[in-house]
Amino acid sequence: MSNSNNCDNCPVHNKENLIKLGLNMEQVDYVITMAGNPNTGKSTVFNNLTGLHQHTGNWPGKTVSRAEGGFIYNEKRYKVVDLPGTYSLLSTSTDEEVARNFILFGQPDVTVIVVDATRLERNLNLALQILEITDRAVLCLNLMDEAKRNNIEIDERALSKELGIPVIPASARRKEGMKELLAAIEEVAAGKYVCKPHKIKSRSIKLNNAISSLASKLAEQFPNLPNLNWVALRLLEGDNSIIEAVQSGELGSINAGDSTVQL
Amino acid sequence: MNDNHLKERENILSEANKARWDLGIDLHDTVIESIYEDASRIARKTVKQKGEKAAYALDLRIDKIVTSRWLGFPIMFLLLALVFWLTVTGANYPSGLLASFLIDYMHPILKGAAASIHMPWWLDGVLIDGAYLAMAWVIAVMLPPMAIFFPLFTLLEDLGYLPRVAFNMDSLFRKAGAHGKQALTMSMGFGCNAAGVIAARVIDSPRERLIAIITNNFSLCNGRWPTQILIASIFIGGLVPAQLASVVSAGAVVGIAVLGIFFSLVVSWGLSKSVLRGEASAFSLELPPYRPPRIWQTLYTSLIDRTIIVLWRAVIFAVPAGIVIWLVANVHIGELSLAEYFIQWSNPFAFVFGLNGVILLAYIIAIPANEIVIPTILMLTVLITGASGVGAGTGVIFELNSVGDTANILHAGGWTLLTGLNLMLFSLLHNPCSTTIYTIFKETRSVKWTVVSTFLPIVLGFMVCFFTTQIWYLFFV
Repeated sequence: MSNSNNCDNCPVHNKENLIKLGLNMEQVDYVITMAGNPNTGKSTVFNNLTGLHQHTGNWPGKTVSRAEGGFIYNEKRYKVVDLPGTYSLLSTSTDEEVARNFILFGQPDVTVIVVDATRLERNLNLALQILEITDRAVLCLNLMDEAKRNNIEIDERALSKELGIPVIPASARRKEGMKELLAAIEEVAAGKYVCKPHKIKSRSIKLNNAISSLASKLAEQFPNLPNLNWVALRLLEGDNSIIEAVQSGELGSINAGDSTVQL
Repeated sequence: MNDNHLKERENILSEANKARWDLGIDLHDTVIESIYEDASRIARKTVKQKGEKAAYALDLRIDKIVTSRWLGFPIMFLLLALVFWLTVTGANYPSGLLASFLIDYMHPILKGAAASIHMPWWLDGVLIDGAYLAMAWVIAVMLPPMAIFFPLFTLLEDLGYLPRVAFNMDSLFRKAGAHGKQALTMSMGFGCNAAGVIAARVIDSPRERLIAIITNNFSLCNGRWPTQILIASIFIGGLVPAQLASVVSAGAVVGIAVLGIFFSLVVSWGLSKSVLRGEASAFSLELPPYRPPRIWQTLYTSLIDRTIIVLWRAVIFAVPAGIVIWLVANVHIGELSLAEYFIQWSNPFAFVFGLNGVILLAYIIAIPANEIVIPTILMLTVLITGASGVGAGTGVIFELNSVGDTANILHAGGWTLLTGLNLMLFSLLHNPCSTTIYTIFKETRSVKWTVVSTFLPIVLGFMVCFFTTQIWYLFFV
């Protein structure tokens, strides 16, 4: 095998093939979404991928509505949706609902979970909730430069094994790790990397039984929904917005959020 | 068929209800606990902390100072004052340069070109003396302060200072019966009120969200900073020796901004004690680590994102406004032009509030964008004072290339320190621009609250100007 051949086959080599499309998002092959805690650099990653200048700032709660952009990578067209940062998907403030509805009902091909490497444990709470909803995700371990500054070391391979999704270390502000992130997004989107997302282990048998019983009933009513276990859990917890969506039958056709706001 | 589905769905819900009772009331907590448990287990396996967390220790030390009980607010005001001082001192020279190029140099060339192709006088007037001059004015007056102010403000933002401001302000807002996060939406409002109104989405409770939306207008926005800075330099800076002028004007602008925060708190308190009664809800605010800002990136994005976009918006609104100004100045009914009719008619009313008819007319013409208030005032003042050395022709401004010349025009228009002061107050307290009004409607979906948000500040503005004027007359006249 010649050297040049090696290069052509190496996924990193192709990463020069990124074409930033800005707002041009016609005829996309894949939809990906950026989710994560507030102030982890989602918008910075978004800007790096799309070439847009979504305003970034060092404070939580800056993105309150969805922002969208596009890029071409290895001849495939991607649409990227930047979601507001949230601490969980369980409560019901407007920004959390925007994020939740999009991941749940927009059914993106890949969800990029951007986490702060210096606060991994807290960020994992949201990451695990996202993995309950979707089974195609990539973890972007952002702010690695700060983690290094703080003498924090993270075993990315072990983390990837635990979560069952690709884990890519990055420093988005320095544009580091973006090529690797793109490669991982492509692999998951194209189905070359099959995620085995972590499922919450420490649940009682009784709860799990109740969930699966409800989920099978939901499956008859809403055959197109991919995350019935999660919907079932929300029903058991008494989540009003989900209860209403089931009652009215809108759950199957719910709009992934109309809160795109143009300033 | 449909009924069947409906019944089936109701069945699912009742099964969920029944199961919920079986599972016990602490279900929500156990679900969350199991997530936390897994997260902490994974983190223990994968994260290693080697040695000291050096940077955090420093962050903590800085936070102890900038959020301390005694130093928090003084540091905040000093930082704001420093930003304004840099803006005031830095903007004067480039402003003069732009004005002399766009107005002294380009305008006669355009006039000459129009004359050489025999353009009819009214078309030449509407296009060149109206639309072009208004645009030139907006660029000359607005661009330099924005190009200095926005990057500085963005640097503070990137550094992570805004959440500290919110932290300092939190207890004040809670005492006013509002949500602590309102401090964040207020900070956003300092950039743009429409953005601040949208940012109020981070507040969960509808009551507190509404308060944050209604009071956001009390944050001086982009469009109003240059007005404040210019008028402060002319009328307040003019009171003291030249060496002190920029410091004193910066102080005056900070004073107005702080007054805005004060009104924001008072009105929030008033609303939460009357029509929007309720308790303040608790929330957690994360103080992000200080991050060294990327200087060049910040300069680039704040120039492109904010300065150019805001300027573009101002220009778009200035062009039609310029046409309107030229028309009201040149369409005559009998002896007087429309503008003169309005100004003479409204002067007696305006004087009671220490303002004048020109200011009122300017604020009506400038409803689409606060940015064009000052250019409109200047063009109208030149128009009613006639060709008093600075202006030539109706609704046209010539040879105006520095703050000093602007001052001359305003003095010729009968402006005093009191007029300047009241304009600064009225610029703080008047209706939001039309974009913000529309955004408020979109966010609240309520005509009633949109109307309240629009007229409440105007009423307040007239009240404050009225009292200022009466007190002024009591002591100084």
